[in-house]
Order: sequence, then structure tokens, then C-alpha cells
Amino acid sequence: MHFSGFRVIKEALTGHKGWKPLWRNPDPQPSYDYIIIGGGGHGLATAYYLARTFGQARIAVLEKGWLGQGNIGRNTTIIRSNYLLPGNEPFYEFSMKLWEGLEQEFNFNAMISQRGVLNLYHTDAQRDAFRRRGNAMLLAGADAELLDAAGVRAMAPFLNFDNARFPIKGGLLQRRGGTVRHDGVAWGYARGADMRGVDLIQNCEVTGFRIEEGRILGVETSRGYIGAKKVGVAVAGSTGRVMQMAGMRLPIESHVLQAFVTEGLKPVIPGVITFGAGHFYVSQSDKGGLVFGGDLDGYNSYAQRGNLPVIEDVAEGGMAVMPMIGRARLLRSWGGIMDMSMDGSPIIDRTHIEGLYLNAGWCYGGFKATPASGYAFAHLLAKDAPHDTARGYRLDRFARGHVIDEKGVGAAPNLH
Amino acid sequence: MLIPHPLLGLRDAQEFTYLGDARLIERPDGMAAGAEAVFADYVYLRDNPAGVHRELWFHEQGDRSWLVVTRDTVTHEIISAELARDVAMRGKGGAA
Ligand SMILES: Cc1cc2nc3c(=O)[nH]c(=O)nc-3n(C[C@H](O)[C@H](O)[C@H](O)COP(=O)(O)OP(=O)(O)OC[C@H]3O[C@@H](n4cnc5c(N)ncnc54)[C@H](O)[C@@H]3O)c2cc1C
Repeated sequence: MHFSGFRVIKEALTGHKGWKPLWRNPDPQPSYDYIIIGGGGHGLATAYYLARTFGQARIAVLEKGWLGQGNIGRNTTIIRSNYLLPGNEPFYEFSMKLWEGLEQEFNFNAMISQRGVLNLYHTDAQRDAFRRRGNAMLLAGADAELLDAAGVRAMAPFLNFDNARFPIKGGLLQRRGGTVRHDGVAWGYARGADMRGVDLIQNCEVTGFRIEEGRILGVETSRGYIGAKKVGVAVAGSTGRVMQMAGMRLPIESHVLQAFVTEGLKPVIPGVITFGAGHFYVSQSDKGGLVFGGDLDGYNSYAQRGNLPVIEDVAEGGMAVMPMIGRARLLRSWGGIMDMSMDGSPIIDRTHIEGLYLNAGWCYGGFKATPASGYAFAHLLAKDAPHDTARGYRLDRFARGHVIDEKGVGAAPNLH
Repeated sequence: MLIPHPLLGLRDAQEFTYLGDARLIERPDGMAAGAEAVFADYVYLRDNPAGVHRELWFHEQGDRSWLVVTRDTVTHEIISAELARDVAMRGKGGAA
């Protein structure tokens, strides 16, 4: 089924009777060439790019619940490539370029909206740090603009410029950053993978690995044993739990991050605004709700809900930078479980078990990485060699002393 | 969350800061043979259980003691709390 303007008009005129489900719902086969565990954004993107490279391979995605039930369906949908370090910036810029062509490529509306991401600064030192970051971005082929206070005022006059503690002195703007309809990404990749023959198997929890003489043979699931030549794990916040079944300890802790949405309002916020000093970020959805978030709850958690003190803290951050938000009613809040890595950067690598591969450690910035993560992981699975932009994401970088510590807070995952 | 401090009774978790797995108490000997690999594990690798977890909490805005708190990471239920000092002494075979 191909989507087009013509198709929409035709369906409108014929009572919308021609739309079909976006993917099949197959039962698992006895074995596959590739199994991807986790039907989130990263798992589905991996399957999509794998299938695109190898039309002939037998590929399955195993998801314990329904496709997109995890962090892909819970995040605040911000995409950007304003990273600093050489191990990171080219990867995230690669992802941004993939976002820019994505809807045409998979013929699905993911509502990619490059409305701009503005990071506020409050001191001269922070301005200098942002100038350096902006230069690093330009060097990697991304876009960046440093705004002064007047420049920010022209974009967002409603901000609290004269806050006694954090007066707004300017901001780093990436105009190509923005937001994406997160569910649309999962569905688009799922549909694209399904069309290329990938079996998307829902309600199929992986409960163990079958490993013999250091080699993976397949996985035990709630729907029986399934054999596989290669298995890629992309289970986000469940990484610790799943890899424990393969006997691995990882540089990862699972933490809960909350998000919030208000009632629908008329357009008030031009793009994404982040207030790093108070840790608060906000954008407005196409339905008009203000979507925002802040800090982690800060301790290990597998509860997909948060606690009240963080709600209060995020609301305070919002009020400090954007007092008018106090007039909006909060409709909903929820939590997602993230695998916080020890340097705040992801892992895309083989494991010491032959045929078992890991995609993890996305902390709370992994949504923007979805296309590049899928692409790089598919590359690794297919060729047994890392994609150029993901060479730094090795699992042994901690032991080798080659951490990618973007925030400079070391091995303290709850601070990343 | 309320943490049952062994000396001060129930205290709001907001008074504490969190460090992580209580196994961090068992700091390896940096002078021993093979210390480099042992330290890489100690600093970076973690058990990450869904369920009961023993962890270190610092009563920063209280009596500045370190506690070992046993907590369920799925339900956020706090099962017990003891002074980290007592746990450490016990680990060394000392009188606690
Ligand atoms: C509140 C919040 C806000 C965020 N905001 C942003 C943002 O603005 N920008 C950004 O870039 N990132 C953001 N993130 C981070 C981002 O959402 C994640 O890093 C990213 O979505 C993780 O990859 P994923 O989509 O594949 O994960 P998921 O969607 O969580 O996919 C993992 C899947 O694995 C499945 N699974 C787990 N265990 C098993 C098993 N044993 N067997 C089978 N399946 C299993 C799960 O059910 C799940 O569907 C945010 C996260 C949260 C929680």
C-alpha cells in the first residue's frame, strides 16, 4: 500500500474503506538468519535497514508487548545534532541527515518538523562553551548559530530574561533540530520492514539465550525456542535484565525519566527551548500540548512511573524560565526506563559471545539517534564491522580509557 | 519515598543523594596484582536487577551518614536501611 496525496483524496471520496493494516501479524518461524530483540524504534530501524541491504535474509523482530510500547512511545520527541565530542557529533549529524530524508524514503508521514532547538545560556563561561560546541558542530557538517539576548528575545519574548539566578544572555540555536511524531517513526519503520519481508512478532518475550561453546544458537521465548544465526539486542531500559540472561554485566544502570504534557493551547512556543541550568526542556506538539521534561528520578528503577518530587522539580524549572507555563493545566505525566551508561554515551558492538550483538546505553537522548542507530547496528550485524560514525561506541572503551564523556561527569550514570 | 533511617526514623528520600550499588563499599586493593582490570570492573560494571537492590544513599541534608538501603526497583518499596559503616565493618569481619 503506497501513501500519496492522490490516495488520501481517493479514500476520502470512497469512505476510507481501502486502508489496510500497516503490517502482518505472523507466527514465529523455527529459525531465522537474524533476530532483533526489542520492537522499539532502534530494533525496528535495524530490521528495516538490514532488510533493505539483504532482501533475501530471514529476519525477525521479537517484541514482548506491542510494537512501540517502550521509550519510542514515551519520549519528548526532540531531535538535534548539537553534540561536542568527535565520537558523538558525526554520528548524531548522520542521524539528522537520515531524518531529513526519512519520510520520502519509507513513504510514511512521521511529522518531522525542523522547528529549531534553542539551548539557553546564562553566563559568559557558558556562552564560550556553547561557542565551542557550535564550532564542533560546524566542523562535522551540522548547522549552529550563537544568539545574543536580543536574538533570543526576538524568538521567544515570553522567557524570563531577568531571572536573578539565571538571567538569559543568549542561546545556541540549531535550526535543523526539532521534533518528530515518535509513534510515526515506529510505525513507519515497522511498515517498511514488514514490506521487505521482516516478521514482526509481538507478545513474544525473550526469556533466555541458547549459547553453546561461546556461540549463540537461538533464543528462548514465551512462544517457544527460535533458532538464529545472529541475534541483535536493542531493548533500551531492559538491557541489564536481558544481557544478564547471557551472563553479562554491563556499564549500565536502569533509571526512570518522566515526561509531561499540558492541555492543548494555541501556538505559543516556536521550537524546542532548553534551560540546561534548571534542567527543563519544552516544545509544543502539533495538537497544541506543551510537552516537557527535566531530570531523571535519579535512582535505579524499573517502574514505568516516576515519583512526585521530580514533578515538582520540573515544574519549578519551567516556572523559573517561562513563568507563563504556570497558567497551563497539566494533563498527563508518565515515565520510561532508560539504560543509563557510565559515560552517558551509547554502545553498539559485538559481545564476547559469537553471534550476539548489543545496541544499548542510549540514556535519555536515544530517540534522535533512531535512524543512525538502526543503520549502524544493521551495518555491524551484516558486515561484522562498525559503521564509520559509530566506531567510538565500543563496549570495551571503559576498560581501555576511551570513554565518550560528553557531560564530563564520569562514571555517575544518574548525572548524565 | 520515605527511608527508615536507623537513628533518625523515617526521613524523606529528598534529603538524600544516591550513589548506586552497595557493592561500591567493597573497594578493591589498588596495589594488588591485576588491580587495573579489577578497578575497571569496580568503577564501570553493575548488576542492574529488576527487584531487590542494595544501594548507597547519603543523608546529605541530614546527619551526613551513609546508609545501605534495600529497595525494590520495580515497586519502589523500601525494605530496610542500615548504617553503611556497620555494613562495612561487618564486611571486614570487625565488630559492628
Ligand atoms: C520521558 C522520556 C523522554 C525522552 N525524550 C527524548 C528526546 O526528547 N529526544 C531523544 O533523542 N530521546 C529521548 N528519550 C530517549 C529515547 O526515547 C530512548 O533512548 C530511545 O527511544 C530508546 O530506543 P528504543 O526506541 O529502541 O527503545 P524502546 O522503545 O524502549 O524499545 C525497546 C523494546 O524492547 C522490548 N523488550 C524489552 N525486553 C524484552 C524482551 N525480553 N523480549 C522482547 N522484547 C523486549 C520493550 O518492550 C521495548 O518495546 C526520552 C526517553 C524518555 C523515557
